[in-house]
Amino acid sequence: MTIDWNHFTPWASLVGGILLGLASALFILVNGRILGISGILGGLLTLKRSDAGWRAAFMLGMLAAPATLAWVVPSDLLSAPRIEAGYALVVIAGLLVGFGTRLGSGCTSGHGVCGLSRLSPRSLVATGSFMAAGFAMVYVMRHLF
Amino acid sequence: MTRTTTHRLSEFIVGLLFGWGLLISGMTDPGKVIGFLDLTGLWDPSLALVMGGAIAVGFFAFGAAKKRTHNFLGGALHMPTSSDIDKRLILGALLFGAGWGLAGFCPGPGIVSMAAGQPKAAVFVVAMLAGMLVFEWMDRRGRRALIAV
Repeated sequence: MTIDWNHFTPWASLVGGILLGLASALFILVNGRILGISGILGGLLTLKRSDAGWRAAFMLGMLAAPATLAWVVPSDLLSAPRIEAGYALVVIAGLLVGFGTRLGSGCTSGHGVCGLSRLSPRSLVATGSFMAAGFAMVYVMRHLF
Repeated sequence: MTRTTTHRLSEFIVGLLFGWGLLISGMTDPGKVIGFLDLTGLWDPSLALVMGGAIAVGFFAFGAAKKRTHNFLGGALHMPTSSDIDKRLILGALLFGAGWGLAGFCPGPGIVSMAAGQPKAAVFVVAMLAGMLVFEWMDRRGRRALIAV
Protein backbone atom coordinates (compact mmCIF):
# COMPACT_ATOMS: atom_id res chain seq x y z
CA MET A 1 0.00 0.00 0.00
CA THR A 2 1.33 3.41 -1.03
CA ILE A 3 -0.25 6.60 0.30
CA ASP A 4 -1.38 9.08 -2.37
CA TRP A 5 0.13 12.16 -0.66
CA ASN A 6 -0.72 14.41 -3.64
CA HIS A 7 -4.46 13.93 -3.14
CA PHE A 8 -4.65 13.25 0.61
CA THR A 9 -6.48 16.18 2.27
CA PRO A 10 -6.47 15.40 6.02
CA TRP A 11 -7.65 18.80 7.31
CA ALA A 12 -10.32 19.53 4.71
CA SER A 13 -11.67 16.00 5.06
CA LEU A 14 -11.71 16.16 8.85
CA VAL A 15 -13.43 19.58 8.88
CA GLY A 16 -15.91 18.45 6.21
CA GLY A 17 -16.56 15.25 8.16
CA ILE A 18 -17.23 17.21 11.36
CA LEU A 19 -19.73 19.32 9.40
CA LEU A 20 -21.46 16.14 8.17
CA GLY A 21 -21.63 14.93 11.78
CA LEU A 22 -22.99 18.30 12.91
CA ALA A 23 -25.71 18.23 10.26
CA SER A 24 -26.65 14.66 11.28
CA ALA A 25 -26.68 15.75 14.94
CA LEU A 26 -28.95 18.72 14.24
CA PHE A 27 -31.31 16.63 12.13
CA ILE A 28 -31.91 14.01 14.83
CA LEU A 29 -32.01 16.44 17.78
CA VAL A 30 -33.88 19.39 16.22
CA ASN A 31 -36.03 17.64 13.62
CA GLY A 32 -36.10 14.12 15.03
CA ARG A 33 -35.03 12.58 11.71
CA ILE A 34 -32.23 10.30 10.56
CA LEU A 35 -30.07 12.07 7.99
CA GLY A 36 -29.97 9.41 5.29
CA ILE A 37 -29.91 10.72 1.73
CA SER A 38 -31.24 7.61 -0.01
CA GLY A 39 -34.12 7.34 2.47
CA ILE A 40 -35.03 11.04 2.24
CA LEU A 41 -34.95 10.93 -1.57
CA GLY A 42 -36.61 7.52 -1.88
CA GLY A 43 -39.46 8.73 0.33
CA LEU A 44 -40.12 11.59 -2.08
CA LEU A 45 -40.66 9.07 -4.88
CA THR A 46 -43.50 7.31 -3.08
CA LEU A 47 -45.45 10.58 -3.45
CA LYS A 48 -46.94 10.63 0.04
CA ARG A 49 -48.10 14.23 0.45
CA SER A 50 -47.96 14.12 4.25
CA ASP A 51 -44.19 14.00 4.57
CA ALA A 52 -42.98 15.47 1.28
CA GLY A 53 -42.41 18.93 2.84
CA TRP A 54 -39.47 18.13 5.10
CA ARG A 55 -37.86 15.91 2.48
CA ALA A 56 -38.10 18.64 -0.18
CA ALA A 57 -36.81 21.35 2.20
CA PHE A 58 -33.75 19.23 3.02
CA MET A 59 -33.08 18.44 -0.65
CA LEU A 60 -33.36 22.13 -1.63
CA GLY A 61 -30.76 22.89 1.04
CA MET A 62 -28.39 20.34 -0.48
CA LEU A 63 -28.98 21.71 -3.98
CA ALA A 64 -28.17 25.23 -2.72
CA ALA A 65 -24.85 24.08 -1.20
CA PRO A 66 -22.41 24.55 -4.12
CA ALA A 67 -23.54 28.08 -5.05
CA THR A 68 -23.64 29.34 -1.44
CA LEU A 69 -20.32 27.76 -0.44
CA ALA A 70 -18.70 29.50 -3.42
CA TRP A 71 -19.41 32.87 -1.70
CA VAL A 72 -17.35 31.84 1.33
CA VAL A 73 -14.72 29.35 0.18
CA PRO A 74 -12.59 29.89 -2.96
CA SER A 75 -13.05 26.94 -5.31
CA ASP A 76 -9.32 26.21 -5.52
CA LEU A 77 -9.46 25.12 -1.85
CA LEU A 78 -11.95 22.39 -2.76
CA SER A 79 -11.07 19.09 -4.45
CA ALA A 80 -11.84 19.40 -8.15
CA PRO A 81 -13.97 16.45 -9.31
CA ARG A 82 -12.09 13.73 -11.20
CA ILE A 83 -14.66 11.52 -12.93
CA GLU A 84 -12.98 8.63 -14.71
CA ALA A 85 -16.10 6.61 -15.53
CA GLY A 86 -17.75 7.17 -18.90
CA TYR A 87 -21.48 7.81 -19.30
CA ALA A 88 -22.40 4.13 -19.72
CA LEU A 89 -20.68 3.18 -16.46
CA VAL A 90 -22.22 6.19 -14.71
CA VAL A 91 -25.71 4.97 -15.70
CA ILE A 92 -25.03 1.42 -14.47
CA ALA A 93 -23.54 2.84 -11.25
CA GLY A 94 -26.61 5.03 -10.70
CA LEU A 95 -29.03 2.13 -11.20
CA LEU A 96 -27.06 -0.06 -8.76
CA VAL A 97 -26.82 2.73 -6.17
CA GLY A 98 -30.53 3.61 -6.42
CA PHE A 99 -31.79 0.02 -6.26
CA GLY A 100 -29.22 -1.15 -3.71
CA THR A 101 -29.69 1.70 -1.23
CA ARG A 102 -33.48 1.20 -1.19
CA LEU A 103 -33.20 -2.60 -0.83
CA GLY A 104 -30.58 -2.22 1.91
CA SER A 105 -32.44 0.72 3.56
CA GLY A 106 -29.56 3.17 3.52
CA CYS A 107 -26.32 4.51 2.13
CA THR A 108 -23.11 6.14 3.36
CA SER A 109 -25.03 8.76 5.37
CA GLY A 110 -27.86 6.72 6.93
CA HIS A 111 -25.92 3.52 7.68
CA GLY A 112 -22.35 4.84 7.54
CA VAL A 113 -22.62 8.05 9.58
CA CYS A 114 -25.89 7.87 11.57
CA GLY A 115 -25.98 4.08 12.00
CA LEU A 116 -22.38 3.75 13.17
CA SER A 117 -22.80 6.82 15.42
CA ARG A 118 -25.67 5.13 17.24
CA LEU A 119 -23.74 1.83 17.36
CA SER A 120 -26.35 -0.11 15.36
CA PRO A 121 -25.18 -3.67 14.52
CA ARG A 122 -27.51 -3.63 11.48
CA SER A 123 -25.79 -0.53 10.09
CA LEU A 124 -22.36 -1.95 10.90
CA VAL A 125 -23.14 -5.01 8.77
CA ALA A 126 -24.50 -2.80 5.96
CA THR A 127 -21.45 -0.48 6.06
CA GLY A 128 -19.05 -3.44 6.09
CA SER A 129 -20.91 -4.95 3.13
CA PHE A 130 -20.95 -1.83 0.92
CA MET A 131 -17.33 -1.03 1.78
CA ALA A 132 -16.28 -4.59 0.89
CA ALA A 133 -18.19 -4.43 -2.42
CA GLY A 134 -16.62 -1.02 -3.14
CA PHE A 135 -13.08 -2.31 -2.48
CA ALA A 136 -13.77 -5.36 -4.67
CA MET A 137 -15.26 -3.31 -7.52
CA VAL A 138 -12.33 -0.87 -7.60
CA TYR A 139 -9.86 -3.75 -7.50
CA VAL A 140 -11.59 -5.37 -10.48
CA MET A 141 -11.91 -2.12 -12.46
CA ARG A 142 -8.41 -0.79 -11.80
CA HIS A 143 -6.25 -3.87 -11.52
CA LEU A 144 -7.93 -6.68 -13.43
CA PHE A 145 -9.08 -4.80 -16.54
CA MET B 1 -42.72 32.51 12.16
CA THR B 2 -45.26 29.75 12.02
CA ARG B 3 -44.39 26.26 13.22
CA THR B 4 -44.23 24.90 9.68
CA THR B 5 -41.91 27.71 8.54
CA THR B 6 -39.53 26.96 11.44
CA HIS B 7 -39.51 23.29 10.49
CA ARG B 8 -38.95 23.86 6.76
CA LEU B 9 -36.23 26.45 7.43
CA SER B 10 -34.33 24.18 9.85
CA GLU B 11 -34.52 21.24 7.42
CA PHE B 12 -33.25 23.48 4.61
CA ILE B 13 -30.32 24.66 6.78
CA VAL B 14 -29.39 21.09 7.74
CA GLY B 15 -29.42 20.10 4.04
CA LEU B 16 -27.22 23.11 3.26
CA LEU B 17 -24.72 22.24 6.02
CA PHE B 18 -24.61 18.63 4.86
CA GLY B 19 -23.94 19.73 1.27
CA TRP B 20 -21.16 22.05 2.45
CA GLY B 21 -19.66 19.16 4.45
CA LEU B 22 -19.61 16.97 1.35
CA LEU B 23 -17.95 19.68 -0.75
CA ILE B 24 -15.34 20.65 1.88
CA SER B 25 -14.49 17.03 2.75
CA GLY B 26 -13.75 16.26 -0.92
CA MET B 27 -16.45 13.57 -1.16
CA THR B 28 -17.91 15.28 -4.24
CA ASP B 29 -14.72 14.24 -6.05
CA PRO B 30 -15.23 10.64 -7.24
CA GLY B 31 -11.45 10.38 -7.67
CA LYS B 32 -11.06 10.72 -3.88
CA VAL B 33 -13.67 8.04 -3.18
CA ILE B 34 -12.11 5.62 -5.64
CA GLY B 35 -8.67 6.60 -4.29
CA PHE B 36 -9.84 5.43 -0.86
CA LEU B 37 -11.36 2.21 -2.21
CA ASP B 38 -8.17 1.41 -4.15
CA LEU B 39 -6.30 -0.36 -1.35
CA THR B 40 -3.71 -1.99 -3.61
CA GLY B 41 -2.99 1.13 -5.69
CA LEU B 42 -2.15 4.71 -4.68
CA TRP B 43 -4.28 4.98 -1.53
CA ASP B 44 -5.98 8.25 -0.46
CA PRO B 45 -6.97 7.87 3.23
CA SER B 46 -9.13 11.07 3.24
CA LEU B 47 -12.48 9.23 3.44
CA ALA B 48 -11.46 7.62 6.74
CA LEU B 49 -11.05 11.10 8.25
CA VAL B 50 -14.43 12.19 6.84
CA MET B 51 -16.14 9.21 8.50
CA GLY B 52 -14.09 9.61 11.68
CA GLY B 53 -14.95 13.31 12.01
CA ALA B 54 -18.64 12.71 11.30
CA ILE B 55 -18.98 9.78 13.70
CA ALA B 56 -17.05 11.58 16.47
CA VAL B 57 -19.77 14.27 16.47
CA GLY B 58 -22.64 11.89 15.70
CA PHE B 59 -21.76 9.54 18.56
CA PHE B 60 -22.53 12.20 21.18
CA ALA B 61 -25.61 13.49 19.36
CA PHE B 62 -27.19 10.05 19.06
CA GLY B 63 -26.21 9.27 22.65
CA ALA B 64 -28.18 12.37 23.69
CA ALA B 65 -31.04 11.57 21.30
CA LYS B 66 -31.50 8.08 22.80
CA LYS B 67 -32.26 9.66 26.19
CA ARG B 68 -34.87 12.05 24.80
CA THR B 69 -38.51 11.44 23.99
CA HIS B 70 -39.03 14.53 21.80
CA ASN B 71 -36.96 16.61 19.40
CA PHE B 72 -36.07 20.25 20.15
CA LEU B 73 -39.10 21.45 18.17
CA GLY B 74 -41.39 19.31 20.32
CA GLY B 75 -42.13 16.59 17.76
CA ALA B 76 -41.37 12.89 17.66
CA LEU B 77 -37.86 11.43 17.48
CA HIS B 78 -37.97 9.03 14.54
CA MET B 79 -35.27 6.55 15.54
CA PRO B 80 -34.92 3.50 13.28
CA THR B 81 -36.86 0.54 14.69
CA SER B 82 -35.52 -2.29 12.54
CA SER B 83 -32.56 -4.27 13.82
CA ASP B 84 -32.93 -7.14 11.32
CA ILE B 85 -29.75 -8.33 9.67
CA ASP B 86 -31.24 -10.14 6.68
CA LYS B 87 -30.66 -10.93 3.00
CA ARG B 88 -32.29 -7.67 1.86
CA LEU B 89 -29.89 -5.60 3.96
CA ILE B 90 -26.75 -7.40 2.82
CA LEU B 91 -27.69 -7.83 -0.84
CA GLY B 92 -28.80 -4.18 -1.02
CA ALA B 93 -25.56 -2.96 0.58
CA LEU B 94 -23.47 -5.13 -1.76
CA LEU B 95 -25.25 -3.77 -4.87
CA PHE B 96 -24.88 -0.22 -3.56
CA GLY B 97 -21.17 -0.74 -2.84
CA ALA B 98 -20.59 -2.14 -6.33
CA GLY B 99 -22.22 0.94 -7.89
CA TRP B 100 -20.31 3.22 -5.53
CA GLY B 101 -16.97 1.69 -6.55
CA LEU B 102 -17.90 1.79 -10.23
CA ALA B 103 -18.22 5.58 -10.58
CA GLY B 104 -17.21 6.94 -7.14
CA PHE B 105 -20.61 8.53 -6.44
CA CYS B 106 -22.92 7.78 -3.53
CA PRO B 107 -26.34 9.51 -3.29
CA GLY B 108 -25.39 12.73 -1.42
CA PRO B 109 -22.29 13.68 -3.42
CA GLY B 110 -24.14 12.78 -6.65
CA ILE B 111 -26.89 15.30 -5.85
CA VAL B 112 -24.48 18.03 -4.72
CA SER B 113 -22.23 17.55 -7.79
CA MET B 114 -25.29 17.76 -10.01
CA ALA B 115 -26.16 21.08 -8.36
CA ALA B 116 -22.57 22.20 -9.00
CA GLY B 117 -23.20 21.64 -12.71
CA GLN B 118 -21.44 18.32 -13.36
CA PRO B 119 -23.22 16.67 -16.33
CA LYS B 120 -22.07 13.14 -15.36
CA ALA B 121 -23.42 13.66 -11.84
CA ALA B 122 -26.79 14.68 -13.32
CA VAL B 123 -26.86 11.47 -15.37
CA PHE B 124 -25.90 9.51 -12.24
CA VAL B 125 -28.78 11.08 -10.25
CA VAL B 126 -31.34 10.34 -12.98
CA ALA B 127 -30.16 6.70 -13.16
CA MET B 128 -30.23 6.49 -9.34
CA LEU B 129 -33.83 7.75 -9.25
CA ALA B 130 -34.70 5.16 -11.91
CA GLY B 131 -33.07 2.44 -9.78
CA MET B 132 -35.13 3.59 -6.79
CA LEU B 133 -38.33 3.51 -8.84
CA VAL B 134 -37.53 -0.02 -10.06
CA PHE B 135 -37.13 -1.02 -6.42
CA GLU B 136 -40.48 0.59 -5.44
CA TRP B 137 -42.22 -1.22 -8.30
CA MET B 138 -40.69 -4.62 -7.49
CA ASP B 139 -41.29 -4.16 -3.77
CA ARG B 140 -44.99 -3.35 -4.28
CA ARG B 141 -45.44 -6.23 -6.71
CA GLY B 142 -43.68 -8.56 -4.28
CA ARG B 143 -45.91 -7.48 -1.41
CA ARG B 144 -49.07 -7.88 -3.49
CA ALA B 145 -47.88 -11.36 -4.53
CA LEU B 146 -47.37 -12.24 -0.85
CA ILE B 147 -50.87 -11.02 0.04
CA ALA B 148 -52.33 -12.99 -2.90
CA VAL B 149 -50.67 -16.19 -1.62
